[in-house]
Amino acid sequence: MSKLYTGAEIVFKCMEDQKVEFIFGYPGGAVLPIYDELKNHESIKHILARHEQGAGHAAEGYARSCGKAGVVLVTSGPGATNVVTALTDAYMDSIPLVCISGQVPTHLIGTDAFQECDTTGITRPCTKHNWLVKDVKDLAKTIHKAFEVATTGRPGPVLVDIPKDIQFQKTKYTNKKKKKELNGKTNNRFSQKDIEKLVEMMGKAKQPIFYTGGGVINSGPKASQQLRELVSISGFPITSTLQGLGSFPGDDNQFLGMLGMHGTYEANNAMHDCDLMINIGARFDDRITGKIDEFSPKSKKVHIDIDPSSINKNVKVDLPIVGDVSDVISSLIKTIKKNKPNFLKSNNENTSKWWEQIAKWRSVNSLNFINSDKTIKPQYAIQRLYELTKNKDTFITTEVGQHQMWAAQHYKFNKPNRWMTSGGLGTMGYGLPAAVGVQIAHPDKLVVDIAGEASVLMTMQEMSTAVQYNLPIKIFILNNEYMGMVRQWQELLHEKNYSESYTAALPDFVKLAEAYGCVGIRAKTPDELDQKIQEMINVKKPVIFDCLVDKEENCFPMIPSGKPHNQMLLGPNDQKENRITGKGKTLV
Amino acid sequence: MAKSKSAYSDPGKKGKLDTHIIVVWVDNEAGVLARVVGLFSGRGYNIESLAVAEVDLKKGISRITIVTTGTPQVIEQIKLQLGKLVPVHKVADFMRGDKKIIFKEMALLKIVADASKRNRAIKICKKFNPVVLDKTQKSVVLQITALRREIDTMMGDLKKFGLVSVSRTGAVAMTRGSEIFK
Repeated sequence: MSKLYTGAEIVFKCMEDQKVEFIFGYPGGAVLPIYDELKNHESIKHILARHEQGAGHAAEGYARSCGKAGVVLVTSGPGATNVVTALTDAYMDSIPLVCISGQVPTHLIGTDAFQECDTTGITRPCTKHNWLVKDVKDLAKTIHKAFEVATTGRPGPVLVDIPKDIQFQKTKYTNKKKKKELNGKTNNRFSQKDIEKLVEMMGKAKQPIFYTGGGVINSGPKASQQLRELVSISGFPITSTLQGLGSFPGDDNQFLGMLGMHGTYEANNAMHDCDLMINIGARFDDRITGKIDEFSPKSKKVHIDIDPSSINKNVKVDLPIVGDVSDVISSLIKTIKKNKPNFLKSNNENTSKWWEQIAKWRSVNSLNFINSDKTIKPQYAIQRLYELTKNKDTFITTEVGQHQMWAAQHYKFNKPNRWMTSGGLGTMGYGLPAAVGVQIAHPDKLVVDIAGEASVLMTMQEMSTAVQYNLPIKIFILNNEYMGMVRQWQELLHEKNYSESYTAALPDFVKLAEAYGCVGIRAKTPDELDQKIQEMINVKKPVIFDCLVDKEENCFPMIPSGKPHNQMLLGPNDQKENRITGKGKTLV
Repeated sequence: MAKSKSAYSDPGKKGKLDTHIIVVWVDNEAGVLARVVGLFSGRGYNIESLAVAEVDLKKGISRITIVTTGTPQVIEQIKLQLGKLVPVHKVADFMRGDKKIIFKEMALLKIVADASKRNRAIKICKKFNPVVLDKTQKSVVLQITALRREIDTMMGDLKKFGLVSVSRTGAVAMTRGSEIFK
C-alpha cells in the first residue's frame, strides 16, 4: 500500500513538484496545519509579510520579475479578505498567482464560525478560477490544476480554499498528470493565412506603428527578443503601453516612448494618424485609447492577443490573431523572410515620409520640463536615478500616481521583467511589497521602488519584512506632501479645490527608516541629489530615500478627458509659447 | 452639453439591442451557476431568463440556457467571456427570431373559479398544449408550454377567469431537424 499523507503534507508535495521556492504568507488559525508542516520542506522558504495584501503584492513582484507563478498562503476570514486587493491587481495585469487560503472546518462552513468568510464567493470575480476543496482526495489534483490555470493562456491569479479538517485528513498523493487541454482552451488559434495577410498589410503600409503591451512580457523573454528582430526587419516605429515597457529598448531610435494619457506627443500622434496599427499583446485600455469614437480613425487595426475575449472588446479590429505573442511573431518573421526578401528596403521607401512626420513630433520634446537649481524637480530626480543606475541590471517597481508616470516617462528600460507597476487596478501601496518580492527572486540585483509619500504609507509595514530577510530594497520617495495626481486633477478639473489631497502630518521618513532598522537618506537640493543617490546605491541595507521635490509640479503631456490622441496638453514650456488660455484648460 | 470633469470618456453611441439565446454546457460543480451569473452581473450584461439542469448524468454536464439582450458587440463578448470560464465546455448562441431553433417556456397556472370559467380558461389555453395537473371543486392547475410573449398574453387574458398564481420557467432551446448544437 502506498503511503498516506495529510492534506498539509500534500500541499507541500504539490509545491515541491511545481518547483516552488518561495511562499509569501501570514499564518493564522485555519492554516496552522500547513504552517506546522513547513519545517519538513527545506526547498521551500516562507517569507513572512506584515499584512496579507503585502504578501500578495510581494508574490506579484516575484512573479513579474522571474516569470514563475507567485505563491501566497493566508488564513481564513480577514487573511482572505486582505489578499483580495492583490488578487484583483494580479487579475487586471495578468500576473500568475496561486493563493492558498485556510478555511474553517467543513462542518462549520455556513455557520458564521470564527474567522469564517465566503472566500470562494468573495474572490470569484477577481480570480481566473477558484476552488473550495471539500474532499482531501481532490486536493493534489486541485492544486496542480490551480498552477496550470494560473500560468497558461492569459496568466492570472487563482485561489484554493482548504478547510482545516481537510489539512489534517490523510490520503494517497498523486503527482500532476501530463498536460491535458483545459476544456479546449488552447492558446493558438491563428492560421498561416492570417500571418500572410498581416505581412501583406505591412508591405503596403505607409504610416504603420507597432503598439505593444504586457502580453509581450508575459509571453517570456524570447518574445521580447523576437519583437526586437521584427521591429528591426520591418523598420516600423514602435510604442508601448505602461505594462509593455522593457520588451523593446527604451533608448532605441525606433521607439517612440510610452503612449496613452501621459504618453509622448510622438507616440500618441502616430497612433492617431497611422494607417496600420499592429497591436501586440495590449488590450486597448481606456487610458490608452482616449475618446474611443475618434481613436485612430484612419487605420487598419491588427490585434495579436492570447485572450480571444480581448479582441473587439473596446475597439473593433480588422485582423484578429489569437495566439501566444512569441508563436505569432516567430511565424511572422519566418514568413517575412521567406516571402519578402527586400522587406526592409521597400518599407523604408514606403515609410520615409512617415518618419519625417514623426521627427517633427519628436522635436516638440514633450517630456521636457523647466528645471530648477533650487528645488528638485521630480522628473530630474528620476533622470538622475536612471543615469546613476542604468549600468546595473536594475529592477524598478512603483506605487501609483504622478511618480509612476514620471518613472515610466523618464526611466528607460532595456530588458523585460525589470519594470513592475500596478497598471490596470492602479493600486497605491503596490510598489514596496512588490520590491520585496523582486529582491527575493533576485537577491544580488539593485531593486528600487520609485514611490510617492502617500502611496508608500499604505504598505509601509512591509519595511519590516525587508529588514527581517536582509533585502536591500531602495524606497525612492518623491515627496511632494500631496497625493500628486489627485492634486493635479483638482487643479486642472476642479478649480484648484484641493480637497483632502494634502497630507498634513507626514512622518519623518529618515527617522521612520531608522525605527525599522534600515537606513534613511534625505535629499533637499539638486546639488546634493547625485551624491545622495550614490550613497543609497552603495548601502547594502534597505533604504528609505526621502527626496523632497517641487510640491506643485504637474505630469505632462496629458490627454485631457474625452479627447482623442491628437489633442494633447503639453507642459509649461509649450503652454507659454502657445498660450493655452482659460478656455483651453477647461478641455482637461 | 456640460464640460466633463471626468478623466473617463463619455459613453459612445448606443447600438441596437438584439435578443439572443445563449446555451452553455458546464461541469455540474459547486458554484458554477454563480460563476456564470456573476459574469453577467459583473460585466453589466442582462439576463432575461435562465434555465439550468444537468443533462449528462454520467459526465456531470449541465446545460444552461440564458436569454439576454445586447448589441452584437456585447453578445460576442458574452460568448467569449463565458468560453474563458474553466468549467465551461462549449457555448452556443442564437437570435431569438432564428427559424432553425425551437424555444419553449413552461408555465403553471392556478385558476380559482366556478366550473364554466375554469372550462373557458382551459379552452383559451388550447393552442399551448394545456395539461390539467390538479383539479378540485373550486380550482384547477394548468401546465402550458409556449413562447415568453404568448405566456405574457395568456396571463393577461386569464385574469378574468380566476387566475390567482403563476409559476414559470426560463426558456429552453433545441435545434430543429437532425442537427445538434455545436
